[in-house]
Amino acid sequence: MLRWFFGGRETQSSVEKSGVLCIGEEQPKNCFTELQVLKGHFDIVRFLVQIDDFRCASAGDDGLVLVWNVETGERVQELRGHSQQITAMAVLRCGDVRLITASSDRSLSLWDPDTGNRLQTVLDLQSSVKCILVLEWLSAWISGGQELCVWSKDFRLECLKERHSDTGISSLIKLPKNCVAAAVDKTVVIYKLTASGNALSIVEICCLADHQDQIRALVNVNDAMFASGSHAGELIVWDALDYNVLAYQHILWEEPQTHAAQSNIQTGGPKTSEMSIQHLASNGNLVAAAVGSGVYVFSVATKAAVAYRKCAHDSDVLHIALLSDSELMSCSEDGSVRMWEIGELPLAGEPASPGFFGMWTLGRSSRQACPTSKQTSDAAPNKTLELTGDLIGHSGAVQMFVALPENGLLTCSADHQLILWKNGEKQSCLRSLALFRKLEENGGL
Amino acid sequence: MIGSPDVVAFTKEDDDGQSTSDPWAIPEEFSIPLHPLADSNPWAKTSYAKFTKDFILISEFSEQVGPQPLLSIPDDPKVCGSFDLNYFSLRIMSVDYQASFVGHPPGSGYPRLSFVEDSRVVLGDSKEGAFAYVHHLTLYDLEARGFVRPFCMAYVSADERKIMLQFQELSARFSKASECLKAGNRRAFAKELQRKLRDLEYTHSVLQREEGLQREAGPQCMYSAHAVEKANELASVEKSIYEHRDLLKQISSYPHRPRRDPQAVACQQCVSECEELFGKYAMIADPLSCTNGGQKGGDDAQGHNGQAVKVDIGEDEYERVQRRPSYTPQLIKAKSAKCFDKRLKTLQELCDHTFYEATVESLKETERSFRGDLCYLHTRRLDRVLRRKQRIINFLFEEELCEDDDDDLDGRATFRPFCAVNHAVDNSRLFNGVPVVLGPEPPKRFDPASDTSHTRDLMLDDNNLKSSCIDREFETQTCSEKPHFKCSNQKSSKPEVLDAESDSTPDYDRKTDLDGESNKEWAKAATDEDGRPEALSEETTRKDGCEKDSKFVPMDAACCMAHEGFLDNPSDAVPHLAVHLQSAQILVVNQEPQALLPLQEDYTVGSLCSENHRAGPLGDAVSRTSAEDGSDCTMSASTGSDWSASPLGNGGMLTLRLKKKAGQGALRFVRQYPFAMQALWSLLSGRTLVVLGADEARVRRLVSALAIFVPAPGKCGERVQPWLCCPFTMTDLHRWKLIGLQRVASPTGSSMLFSLSRYSRYISILDADQKTLRCPPYRGELLANMADHRTYVRRGSTYYLHVQSTLCRLAAKAFLFTFTHHLHLPVNAAEGPDGVEARRRCFLQEQLGLAEDDRQIVLYLSHLITQHYLHAADGRNTAAPSFNFNYTTSVLYKI
Repeated sequence: MLRWFFGGRETQSSVEKSGVLCIGEEQPKNCFTELQVLKGHFDIVRFLVQIDDFRCASAGDDGLVLVWNVETGERVQELRGHSQQITAMAVLRCGDVRLITASSDRSLSLWDPDTGNRLQTVLDLQSSVKCILVLEWLSAWISGGQELCVWSKDFRLECLKERHSDTGISSLIKLPKNCVAAAVDKTVVIYKLTASGNALSIVEICCLADHQDQIRALVNVNDAMFASGSHAGELIVWDALDYNVLAYQHILWEEPQTHAAQSNIQTGGPKTSEMSIQHLASNGNLVAAAVGSGVYVFSVATKAAVAYRKCAHDSDVLHIALLSDSELMSCSEDGSVRMWEIGELPLAGEPASPGFFGMWTLGRSSRQACPTSKQTSDAAPNKTLELTGDLIGHSGAVQMFVALPENGLLTCSADHQLILWKNGEKQSCLRSLALFRKLEENGGL
Repeated sequence: MIGSPDVVAFTKEDDDGQSTSDPWAIPEEFSIPLHPLADSNPWAKTSYAKFTKDFILISEFSEQVGPQPLLSIPDDPKVCGSFDLNYFSLRIMSVDYQASFVGHPPGSGYPRLSFVEDSRVVLGDSKEGAFAYVHHLTLYDLEARGFVRPFCMAYVSADERKIMLQFQELSARFSKASECLKAGNRRAFAKELQRKLRDLEYTHSVLQREEGLQREAGPQCMYSAHAVEKANELASVEKSIYEHRDLLKQISSYPHRPRRDPQAVACQQCVSECEELFGKYAMIADPLSCTNGGQKGGDDAQGHNGQAVKVDIGEDEYERVQRRPSYTPQLIKAKSAKCFDKRLKTLQELCDHTFYEATVESLKETERSFRGDLCYLHTRRLDRVLRRKQRIINFLFEEELCEDDDDDLDGRATFRPFCAVNHAVDNSRLFNGVPVVLGPEPPKRFDPASDTSHTRDLMLDDNNLKSSCIDREFETQTCSEKPHFKCSNQKSSKPEVLDAESDSTPDYDRKTDLDGESNKEWAKAATDEDGRPEALSEETTRKDGCEKDSKFVPMDAACCMAHEGFLDNPSDAVPHLAVHLQSAQILVVNQEPQALLPLQEDYTVGSLCSENHRAGPLGDAVSRTSAEDGSDCTMSASTGSDWSASPLGNGGMLTLRLKKKAGQGALRFVRQYPFAMQALWSLLSGRTLVVLGADEARVRRLVSALAIFVPAPGKCGERVQPWLCCPFTMTDLHRWKLIGLQRVASPTGSSMLFSLSRYSRYISILDADQKTLRCPPYRGELLANMADHRTYVRRGSTYYLHVQSTLCRLAAKAFLFTFTHHLHLPVNAAEGPDGVEARRRCFLQEQLGLAEDDRQIVLYLSHLITQHYLHAADGRNTAAPSFNFNYTTSVLYKI
């Protein structure tokens, strides 16, 4: 596309061929036709949480937490207090809505997003908190770092569990029966919370060590399952009750010609970073994984890949979300957000596009007492992943996004900005509504 | 905004003979030319007149020398040329429009002032080729015959029709000016009367005393001839006093009398103020209700002249007398000389200075607004009427209308009383109680001791600016002023005396001058200011004392004005306020220097904000480039002369010349590039157009040519960035709708190209070097007549007007679309959004006749209107602006 600037006479299509994946400028299915650039941060914005239907909070490396009205794009509050970058943020919905933030300055803060007041602060933690999990039904929340701490909603430390590990807890999810799963390096550790009277205590139940590499992502699939993904591209679906492996996929992004030489050890294969699972998302039926710069969709019902794209983005995919059973959204270091549609394969027997690649379920049954997972998917995935649109606006890596009601989308990026994407037509209708309301207030022109 | 008729007028300035004929004239074959044209230029209507352009003439019918011209506006001898002003004055003044009463009408004991209404006539002198709207008025002068001086103001033009057709507006404007002049004259007249009364009273008292002495000395029963003469003199003085009091009463009643003249609308506030003032005068004038005052006046006079009275008065009374702004009355000779060698007052002297200035300004403004041909005036008026009606969408393509523009637009419909006094400022001053003084007065001294003198220094400045009641509408608002507090402006001419004086007086004037302020409005007024008139009058006394050798000072205007201060002193003193106000004064003194700050801030905001706009919160590079665009091009080595043609260069309004220049540029663009239509469509549909090029001058030229197509460019063209040297970001794309971008072969250049390709879906790119345009294809018809590269339009200004009228039509469509209720909202509850959508589509297609691509223009304009309507009013839209776009493929156009 650049070429014509330099005077080249080549047509655009040839340029596009060399690109990874380009949808072009015609995007009829892309409804995001309006955007607002939200400014206020001074450094990379890494976290977004939705407070309620019209508010979101953003936080990042500048230690600043900003609360935005996502309907108007106005900045509602500015929460200042952390001296270093924010490492985790969560919304506490026990009674009034509160915001919990953790920072590298080894402090935790509780904020009132309505007034912007800092209600509680815990300073001088032993280590910085990497993840926060809110347990509404217990009116408590857990922070994970080098140690695992259980806090009451008024910031009282209920109990503390030290872990002697270098990496500490990288992510936490809720499990049924008052259990939580924590990703600690290569293992998933299951803890059980018990409430005796007012006090809460936490006990380690078991440690699942089936991953070969560091676990990067942990996600709840549904009440009976959760999934974890590792740096080496292993995707494991676990039973949430008895902690058995329900499915094991090793995503290798192999080229078709290497089929024959498949083995457990991939020498000279793709670099591990290319198949590192950065993020997982699930809607109960499907698990979507951000694998390297690709996107991978796995069905928990069939325990097989539904669709995938190795080169979904030009760079690593950082965040992924399943909007519905057929819609997928991903954002990447290349600064774009892409929208995907999981569609039926047009016709059987159609040759796979050159961008397609192999996916193999590795026979690791020797260690797995779960034969069902050994369902090798020799057949190509039965659905396609079609790019329906991309959002370009950020000039840095898009760290995260939040899908908002009314077709809205909020993205945050390393370029210190947030962009609020909206459906232009709907917004225009809303504005017209506001116009006539104001007209009525003013009593005419 | 308006098309063809305007073009006619504009072509005049292009010095081109061939043009369409005057649309108002009968076809040539039916009309007989009254005057053979000197040349073939139809615009040179004045060729047979001896003056080159219209002017305003003020003449007087002097009782001494007869009609004489006083002043012409513009005051340029070239304008009048060989035209004989004297002769013309005679012509226009010869219309004796009203028989004015002189002297004593039958049945009345006293001379009556005639409250003469103005008269308006149109006179023509076909031999001279001059026609004039003549506005006659009379001013009061105590020394004139019948106390009136007839004047007239005339608008002289060579075009009779111009005057006839503009009669209403001319009349409205001249009435305004006349009212202003007369209001000032009434003030001056009242002051003069006051002085005269003072003199008479003083003379009276002196005569009485002399008579008393004589009576004591001489035998009781017989009168010497001398005594009789004295008695006669006394009687005549008494009569004179009554006469003058009556005159004062009459002039005070002026605002209340019924006006026959519908256009003579007086400013209500002025009227009420006048009432107050004249009420005060009347109090003094009325011997019954105010004997005390009169007595005091007498005491006062004696206090200064007779030296004997002081002993009798109590201590405070003495103090009061001391600081009283005593006008030194003079003895009046029994018969006043009304001879021809007496010098008559000039117009300036007849009228309060402020009001005179305001009148002249008003006339100058009138002259300016009537410049040009009738046709031009007419179309300009139509244009303004239209623009005023479309106030909501003017921001799209039109300049903002100034408020006073509307005002003078239509004298009949929206005639607002004209007033030389800015009451708003007045009131705020009153409220604050702090006079705001101009100039960079640093808040330096705060100790009360030095403050008094400091304050007084400030007062002096202020004195220059004001007299009884000042501000002007026409002069810049920088002239802040006092509450309506009477003080002689004469003093300002002798500041050095005052300075010397001021340090000697602070101790008592601070307290005592306040005790007089029973008038609550005065007490509300700036208290520190009250100190000043006293000081001034103090000064007056001394000064007058020096030159008091001769008691018979000729009545000199300059001298008279100086004495007016005594009017300010209420004659009855209320000492109990003193303490309270003293504290208040200290407070005020401390406060005053700070009071400057908000004002100055106000001033700076105006100039700074535009800079802020341009500097913007962008990176250094951008702000640097924007700084370059300003008038000061220190950073840019290549200040080409043609850049100054950029209509948005200096952030000012587009002048007519710049518009024409932009029109020429745009016309050249349209004729040169076959894909101009696509470029215009990009701009009009809100897609940012980037003009890419290596040559700065060329890029800037293109940008300034295209800038006229940018909807809602902002007051200072904020949405256009004529030259950018760094990669742009997403924010820039919706901040600027037209960007000139430098093409460089360097790392920055490649990152710039990267940003171009990255955001290519949001922008259209016009390559100035290779003459290519990359943008979505346009298939509408709307722009075809605006961007036809085989257009027959040859002249930039014509093209500009053509464009303006097309854009205006578009804006009107967008307005209609935006504010038509059923196109956006369901008509009943059952209807869904689809129904509305269908109706909207149908409306755009059928009613407005817009094709798909044209629709986008209207939608974008409508979007802008909506945003403007929702947010412009409250002005506090903290949210980021929203940026709309759509996903369409672009095509590369080549020449």
